[in-house]
Formats: sequence, structure tokens, C-alpha cells
Amino acid sequence: MHIHKYEKWWLTLGATSLVVFLIIVGISAFHYGSHPPSAKVYIDPERVDEIAPFNNPGVHKVEGKDWDYEVVFVASAFYYNPPEIEVPFGSTVKFIATTKDVVHGFQVAGTNINMMLEPGYVSEYVTTVDKAGEFLILCNEYCGVGHSTMTSMLKVVE
Amino acid sequence: MTTVTEKAKGFIQVDKRDAKLALAHIYVAFIALFIGGLCGLLQVLVRSGQFTLPWGITYYQILTVHGVLLGLILTTYFIFGFQIAAVSRTAGTLTDKQRSIGWIGFWTMTAGTVAASIMVLLNEASVLYTFYAPLQAHWIFYVGMALVVVGSWIGGIAQIMKYVEWRKANPGQPSPLITFMVVVNLAMWIICSLGVAVEVVFQLIPWSLGWVDKIDVLLSRTLFWYFGHPLVYFWLLPAYMVWYVVIPKIIGGKIFSDALARLSFMLFLIFSIPVGFHHQLTEPGIDSFWKYLQVVLTMMVVIPSLLTAFSLFASFEIRGRELGAKGVFGWFKKLPWKDARFVVPFIGMAAFIPAGAGGIINASHQMNQIIHNTIWVTGHFHLTLATTVVLTFFGAAYWLIPHLTGRILTKQMNHLAIIQAIVWTVGMSIMSGAMHIVGLFGAPRRSDFSTYGGSEQAADWIPYQIAQAVGGTILFIGIILVLYIVAHLLWFAPKGKTEFPIGEVSEHAEKTPMVLENWKIWLTICILLILFAYTIPVIDMIQNAPPGSKGYKLW
Ligand SMILES: [Cu+2]
Ligand SMILES: [Cu+2]
Repeated sequence: MHIHKYEKWWLTLGATSLVVFLIIVGISAFHYGSHPPSAKVYIDPERVDEIAPFNNPGVHKVEGKDWDYEVVFVASAFYYNPPEIEVPFGSTVKFIATTKDVVHGFQVAGTNINMMLEPGYVSEYVTTVDKAGEFLILCNEYCGVGHSTMTSMLKVVE
Repeated sequence: MTTVTEKAKGFIQVDKRDAKLALAHIYVAFIALFIGGLCGLLQVLVRSGQFTLPWGITYYQILTVHGVLLGLILTTYFIFGFQIAAVSRTAGTLTDKQRSIGWIGFWTMTAGTVAASIMVLLNEASVLYTFYAPLQAHWIFYVGMALVVVGSWIGGIAQIMKYVEWRKANPGQPSPLITFMVVVNLAMWIICSLGVAVEVVFQLIPWSLGWVDKIDVLLSRTLFWYFGHPLVYFWLLPAYMVWYVVIPKIIGGKIFSDALARLSFMLFLIFSIPVGFHHQLTEPGIDSFWKYLQVVLTMMVVIPSLLTAFSLFASFEIRGRELGAKGVFGWFKKLPWKDARFVVPFIGMAAFIPAGAGGIINASHQMNQIIHNTIWVTGHFHLTLATTVVLTFFGAAYWLIPHLTGRILTKQMNHLAIIQAIVWTVGMSIMSGAMHIVGLFGAPRRSDFSTYGGSEQAADWIPYQIAQAVGGTILFIGIILVLYIVAHLLWFAPKGKTEFPIGEVSEHAEKTPMVLENWKIWLTICILLILFAYTIPVIDMIQNAPPGSKGYKLW
């Protein structure tokens, strides 16, 4: 099949940029470990309160790990436990969360901490908190009539 | 607006009986537009914080109506009305058997739509159009949804039968281009909707009837998104049919290349299904390797999109130069800027440039976290579906409806149609623009008005929510205008003949290689890619599945 000269240039340019783009995304993902939250940790959604670490939600200082704090959240219609947390500015934090009932979201507004919470699964995301201030944590997946009132607060303090 | 020379060349009219079937679909589509659009208006008003819904109606109820009617019903019905007419126009009048099957499909879908709508109105199914488990709707809602899908298969088979008949009668010849495109779209639709059918029939219905207690949530979401992304291509490909086949005729030009048009449709077929994980990037339980792999496959649609952009602008430029245009961009001025059949879809094409760029951001593995489930996403598909696709459909309705009803689009209505598109553009720029910006700040989609416990961040979002209400109100005026034009074309416009414009292929174009119509090859590639992208992660999901979830009715 004959393809017009300009069309060849156009497609070559397009395909090349596409390949470069995908390589950059790939390097950032596989070399620098910048993946979206994809934990493969499983839990019985009806026994969340009995199982560690969800039997003790909150901020926990840890030693000897790649992160300084573990922040444990339990979501259920229509609130998060704990309702507010505080972490020091500049620390590396692992967010660990799950839901006891339906699917919820876990988004820290104004950051790229954003993950789905699904019954039976633990969601995890490690990040460094490099902005001080108060950040709204909210549910961004429709979960029922109280959905838009489901919040918590992340305080990053100096 | 048919010219004398076009008349002389022989005017092909869609058979009256086929026209009736096509029009039945179009009626339902525009009723859905009205009700769904009204719900959209109510939503933006509620979210501005200035208005509350009366009579105990909830925000999520109207949100469900809006999504189901505009995302699933308006689109599917308009597409089927258009496709039936296009097949009948180019491959010949349907046989009585094909037409009866078409009607069975229509009534099956309509029965399903009515059943599902009643459940939503009774507040038994405020689960939004994605109906994510373990929120559990009334079983009748799921049965209604299943009937819509099955009805679309039946109606789709009627169209495919005509194509098969044409191929048998014309061995060794490429089929009429638009009929071929219709069949590609239906092949994609049937393959992808198998996923949602499995979810509804084997998971949601038995679970909502209480035959089983628990549901595998991640599997149900994966089946949904196996369907959900190709769904957006099912909306988009009919718009591409208009751009590739109809618009060249309207501007008085030729189709740049039949072969490239077919190639790009086949590429859409193979690259739009094995990609659903880009909607699940922030979900647990799916290995990030498979997410990245589907991100790569998703981005492959850039290739047929570039092919399409090239072909369209090539036919515009060639036509402009034929009319004596000079310079690099002189041809642009020569396009028929006073013809609504061209201008309205053209705005749709232009909107696809920012819409496509936004889509690339959404599907970019890590970048998705910035916008996932924020109202940026709503802004995004109000550019793709509610501007690109919908404006192209409106532009098509302005010749399709009068062609089918034996009427004409008067000068005044043509003028009003252009005004309608401008109103739409203004309203959408404000609404979608505000959604994109405030989405980047973190404002969520699909949420009732809330001050989020007096959060300062959320207070900053409110001005944008008011802008959305302004844009949404302008858009509703746009809906009233288009309904006025459609009603005119259906019942009041002067009688006459309106052309169903079908472009001819440029004499400089190459002969179409028959390999492009070899379904064995393309369907095999399509299915292999699906198996490649999904087999291992789905087995993993099933083997490692946690205890399932019981149903919740939290609205
Ligand atoms: Cu929620
Ligand atoms: Cu998608």
C-alpha cells in the first residue's frame, strides 16, 4: 500500500514521540520505582478491626525501613479512622489503608496521594511529604448518600 | 442544500421501512438527551451550593439518571439509528428478516431501558452508570442493563447480516466504506460488551437476587472496565465515520484514501479493548507490570488517531486548493463555514485536540494519580463524549433526520444550528475548563455539594463550581435549541429531498488491499491481544481473591 510522503513523515514523527514518551514513563516506573499504588495484600473485609495493622489505626514511627512513618487508615461509610493525623515535614510516609464495606477513595487533595480502597484489599503508597500545611483527605469514589462528607485531615508540621 | 449536480448523479434514498427503524432509535436518543440533560443542569446547580433538590430526590439519583441516559442510552440509540441508515443507504435496503431482527433489538433495548429507569426513579438503584459492587441495586436494574446489552447485540446482528449478504453478492470487492466501518464498530462492541454481560449475568444478578451472598469486587470492576474503555470508542467511531465518509462529500471534496480509513478502523478495533486497566491504575490487587503493559497498548491508539487527523486535513486542504486557495493555510478559509453540517462536526474535531491530550495524561501510569476520580475526569469526557462526539452527532442529525423524514433543513434552521454549536462551545469551555482546573486542585467527581468540614482547600473550589453551574446552564440552553431543531426536522420542516452525503474516494487513492477486509486476521489479532493483556492478571485475581463482599444499599 502506497503512503503519501508527508503522511510518512507525520506518522514517523508521531510514532517516535510516542515511543520516547512510553520509554520515559517506563523508566520512571521500573527504574525509579514510580508506580501507581498496586499493593497485593489481602484481608477479610469483615474482620478488619481485628487484624494488624488495622486494629490500631494512626501514625506509627518505624525503624529500619525505607520509610519513617506508617500511617494506617480504616475507611467505612462514611468516615475515616483516624479523623486527623500529623506527620513531620520532610519525612517519608507509607500510607496503608483498607475499607470495611464498599469501595472508597483515599485522596489527599493537592498532592498525588490518590488510591482506591476496595474490600478485601490493602492499598499502600509510599511518599515523602515535602509540603507543609493542612491537607484535606477525602473520599473520591461514590460510596453512598454520605459520600461527600467523608473526610480526614493530614497535617504536615515543621 | 442538495445541489443540482448531485441530484443529476442519482439520489439514493434510504427505504421508508428502514427509515422508520432508524427514526425509532433517534426518537429515544433525543428523549434521553432531554431528560439526561435536565439532570445535568440540576447537578451543576446543586454543586454550586445555591440550590437543593425538591421532593426528597437525591443528588446521586439524578447523577445516575444523567450517566445512564447520556452515556449509555443517548449514545447507543443514536449510533444505531445512524448505522442502520448508513448500512441501508450504502449496502442496500434491509431484507424483511433483517429489519424484523432490528426491531426485536430495538424493543429489547427499550424494555431494558424502561425497567432500569423505573428502578432508578424509585431510588432502588442509585449506583451510577458504573454500578460498582458491593453497592447493590435492585435486581431489576441489572436485568434492565442486561437487556440493553443483549438488545444491542440483536440489533447489531441485523446490521452485520446486511454486510455479510453484500460481501456474498460482490465477491472480491471491498464493501462500501461506511458499512465496513459500521461492522468494525459492532465487532468491537460485541467483543467488549461480553465483559459487562458476564459481570451482570454471572455476578450482579445472582448476587442481587440473593442466590449467592458474596461478590468478587475486583473481578467485577475488571470486567466492567474491559467493557468501559472500548465503550468510549464505540461512541467515537461513528463520529469518525461522519468525518471520514460524510464530511468530504459535504465540503465537495473526496475521501483521501479508502485504504487508510479502513486501516485506522482496524487499528482501533485491536487497540481499544486490551486496555481497561488504565481505568484501574490506582487499584490494589493488580500488578503494576500489567498496568504498564495496558498503558502501552492504550497509547497505541495515537497511531490511528494521527492517521485520521492527517486524512481529514488532507481532504480539507485538497478541496480548498481546488477552490483556488493560495498559501500554506489559505485553504482553511475556503471551507464551507456557513454550512451547519460541516461547522458543527468541525468544532467537535477541534475539541478532540485538547480532549486527546487530556486522555494521554489520564492514561499515563503514574500521572493518573494526580487526576484519578477528580472532576478533571468529568471535564475530560465532557470534551470527548459531550463535545466531540455529541456535536458530530448533532451535525449528522441535521441531514440524517430530514433525509429519513423526507424534509429539508431550512436556511433559518441551518443558521440556528450554527448558533447552537456556538452556545455549546461557550458553555462547554466554561464548564469543562472549570472542571479541569479545579480537578487539578483535587476536587472530586461524582460528589454532592460539600464544604468538607470547613476545609480551606475545599472553599477554594466553590468559585469553580459556580462557573460549572454557569457553563452547565448555557449547555442546557444548547440542549433546548437542538431539541427545537430536531422537532422541526421531525414534524414541521418543509417537505423535500435531503441528501445522505456519502463521499467518493479520490481518484489518486490507491486500490484498497483486500487484507483490510480479512476478518480472520484482524479478529485473531484482536483476541490474541486481549488474551495477552488479561489472562495472567485475571488468573492472579481469581487465585488470590480475598473473601467476597456482601451487598450494601447505602443511599
Ligand atoms: Cu465515598
Ligand atoms: Cu479509557
